[in-house]
Amino acid sequence: MFKFVSMRLLQSIVVMLVVGLIAFALFRFVGDPINNMVGQDTTLEEREALTESLGLNDPFIVQYGRFVSNAVQGDFGMSYRLRQPVSGLIAERFPATLELSLVSAVLALVLGVPMGIYTALKPKSLFSRSFMTISLMGVSLPTFLIGILLILFFGVTLRWLPTFGRGEVVELGWWSTGFLTASGLKSIILPAITLAVFQMTLIVRLVRAEMLEVLRTDYIKFAHARGLSPRLINFSIALRNTLVPVITIIGLQVGSIIAFAIITESVFQWPGMGLLFIQAVSEVDIPVMAAYLLLIAFVFVVINLIVDILYFVVDPRLRVQN
Amino acid sequence: MSKELLDIKDLVVEFPSRHGDVTAAKDVNLSVSAGEILGVVGESGAGKSTIGNAVVGLLERPGRVGGGEVFLEGEQIIGKSQAEMRKIRGKRVGMIFQDPLTSLNPLETIASQLMGTIQTHLDLSDAEARERAIDLLDQVGIPDPSARVDHYPHQFSGGMRQRVVIALALCAEPDVILADEPTTALDVSIQAQILDLLKKLVREKGVGMIIITHDMGVIAEVADRVAVMYRGVVVETGPTAKILGNPDHPYSRSLISAVPRPDVRLHRFPVVESIEAAGECKELDLNTHWLGKARDFGKSDGPLLKVDNLEMIFKSGGMFGGGKSEVRAVDNVSFDIRDGECFGIVGESGSGKSTIARLVTSIYKVAGGSINFAGTDLTKIKKRRELNVHRRQMQMIFQDPFSSVNSRMKVRDIIAEPIRFHKLTSSDTETRQIVDDLLDHVGLGAKAAVKFPHEFSGGQRQRISIARALATRPRFLICDEPTSALDVSIQAQILNLLKDLQEELGLTMMFISHDLPVIRQMCDRVGVMSKGKMVEIADTEELFKAPQHEYSKHLISLMPSYSGLMDRDAGQAEAS
Repeated sequence: MFKFVSMRLLQSIVVMLVVGLIAFALFRFVGDPINNMVGQDTTLEEREALTESLGLNDPFIVQYGRFVSNAVQGDFGMSYRLRQPVSGLIAERFPATLELSLVSAVLALVLGVPMGIYTALKPKSLFSRSFMTISLMGVSLPTFLIGILLILFFGVTLRWLPTFGRGEVVELGWWSTGFLTASGLKSIILPAITLAVFQMTLIVRLVRAEMLEVLRTDYIKFAHARGLSPRLINFSIALRNTLVPVITIIGLQVGSIIAFAIITESVFQWPGMGLLFIQAVSEVDIPVMAAYLLLIAFVFVVINLIVDILYFVVDPRLRVQN
Repeated sequence: MSKELLDIKDLVVEFPSRHGDVTAAKDVNLSVSAGEILGVVGESGAGKSTIGNAVVGLLERPGRVGGGEVFLEGEQIIGKSQAEMRKIRGKRVGMIFQDPLTSLNPLETIASQLMGTIQTHLDLSDAEARERAIDLLDQVGIPDPSARVDHYPHQFSGGMRQRVVIALALCAEPDVILADEPTTALDVSIQAQILDLLKKLVREKGVGMIIITHDMGVIAEVADRVAVMYRGVVVETGPTAKILGNPDHPYSRSLISAVPRPDVRLHRFPVVESIEAAGECKELDLNTHWLGKARDFGKSDGPLLKVDNLEMIFKSGGMFGGGKSEVRAVDNVSFDIRDGECFGIVGESGSGKSTIARLVTSIYKVAGGSINFAGTDLTKIKKRRELNVHRRQMQMIFQDPFSSVNSRMKVRDIIAEPIRFHKLTSSDTETRQIVDDLLDHVGLGAKAAVKFPHEFSGGQRQRISIARALATRPRFLICDEPTSALDVSIQAQILNLLKDLQEELGLTMMFISHDLPVIRQMCDRVGVMSKGKMVEIADTEELFKAPQHEYSKHLISLMPSYSGLMDRDAGQAEAS
């Protein structure tokens, strides 16, 4: 177990270094950073001085080393556009994105997994059939449309829920949370649902397909032939076997919720990283883009690590190799 | 005999479909008493398994019992609710399935699976259930049961897993056990052990057992009485000696006559026509036909294939995996195959038989040794194109007729592919003509060319494979378990076809099988493989009469004897 995890950690570090290289390459190859920082009337000497002071004349490998060591300490340089430290900008917005992602991931899981099990166990029931039909819409409707429809219905027509922003937040050290105020909680409902709909339908369909597959296996048939109760067969034997492949996909999905909440954040004016990233792209704000890239890579690496460890816990076949 | 434990009366099982009901079992009457083993034998699709499933109420949808009664100790159990059936399944009727590798939940320990079943049926505490679980493992012959009970299924070998499956079926001391092909997925030596175990349990515990199988050897070994099934109908029931020795029904007769004889070598297999009649094999004049041309390979001196000190090692692990391990799949194997002979390779699974076939055809790279084919060392050839010249002369027929033909290609293209690849014809019209002739020749008929593989049965697909193998005009044919996935009657047809082709075309064959009777019927000489080593090479008849090596002796002693099998001299006379 220890060996396995440390091996995975080592691999993760390699992955992060490679992503770091790509992020760093952005500085070198996407636009000229000096041009982005100075105005039209800067003299050549001033430009030279700036280049020198930013260390852009050093060899590639030295610059990369400096970039990595700074990044490890949480220093991603200054935003070209906002002239503020990137780490500060991200720290300001990361909690918003993470809270939104977590709520919608939990929502998708809590509704999706039981629904998947139900539709697999009772594939012929009216509820299952109508749900599968509706879920097709969930998969095919674009996220922004769902968001706009929700806003229209609950925000504009019924006026039950706020349609933009995070509401009031409470500062806990550097972390700002919307979970502790009524307006914060109300504000998160609509964007979280918007973000969760697609993930949920995906999880339902995945769990259902896997479960149907498992229910056809010999060991399930043999369990029935031994007279075990359906509850034991369905939830203890079948569900656990279903989860093995489902864990991977769910892990990746949680990662992509965090990474690609951009559209939902724009629709609901959610002050998260997605908004920051879009603005950075349109302004070629490379330090922000690089930091965002690294952060998302880090999120995926961590999730993958957790998925691998979960695999280890769920599937005994992986445990015996040593 | 004591009273009947399980009595099946006029059972009808139907599968409704769009084209009306399909009757899978019709008016089936079977019964089994305490301490008795009833064998139900028949070919695939005969409805054997359906009966077992119907008895315990586990018919797969949309199947249903269309009529009849099943009495378990005098009590009618057809039509009981699922909740009531659950108290019967496992507690009073135990089941054993075919494949031990898939019958156990891979994520649970043996202890947890056994205890779950025990506590479902018996009112025992955890500690008592565990004790009983260990006791059961001991009864089915698993060594060191108190430690093994906490292991997971993947930590057991196939034979041991089947013992665990049997232990699970025995959890609540059922009165009747239904064993559906309990040894089909196992090697002969393991099969013998499992059958012994089943016999012992039946005698000791006085349960009634129904063994469903396609294998006459299993029936001969364990059954007290036999029921022969054919297309959903029990055509004949009687004591084993009677059915095997002197069956009344013509189907039973032909079925038994198709079983490869372990004792005497016949020229041809008697053929059963009642299941799947083979098409007429059209004769071709090989002197003028394309297939007969370019066969003049020139007499090579010495053997056609000469294998010396062949080595193959499989490595696993490496990179980030850590612990590397090596398996010596083929360990210093030498043999040669003479021009025109059929050389058999026999051994249990994992002995390296198929690996040799793959090395000879250069699918795998050798780790050491040489393979001389018609005077050229194939291991020394570096260029793919040069290798293909030799590959054209050697073709392979695989075990699984379902996965060895591309299901998205038409039969014509499947067979034409090697011709096109090796550019053996000058025009597409010629290729088509050859494909049609080949299909006629293997008994499928030229009409088969425009169909897709899924329209054919296993035996017919194997004919497609044979036609494809012949399409390059090979001189050397490697058959890797060509009939082990087929029913006996189909097996007889395919083996006859191979024999005919070998004679006609003067083919040299390497015939790989785990089935000793088949080897005896097909091969001139045999090599016996065990754990990657070839322990003995001998003329077939000598090997069967006087095996030299310990392992060969062991293997041959396990061969089903079919004592008192039907006198088949009539069939022999007809054949020769």
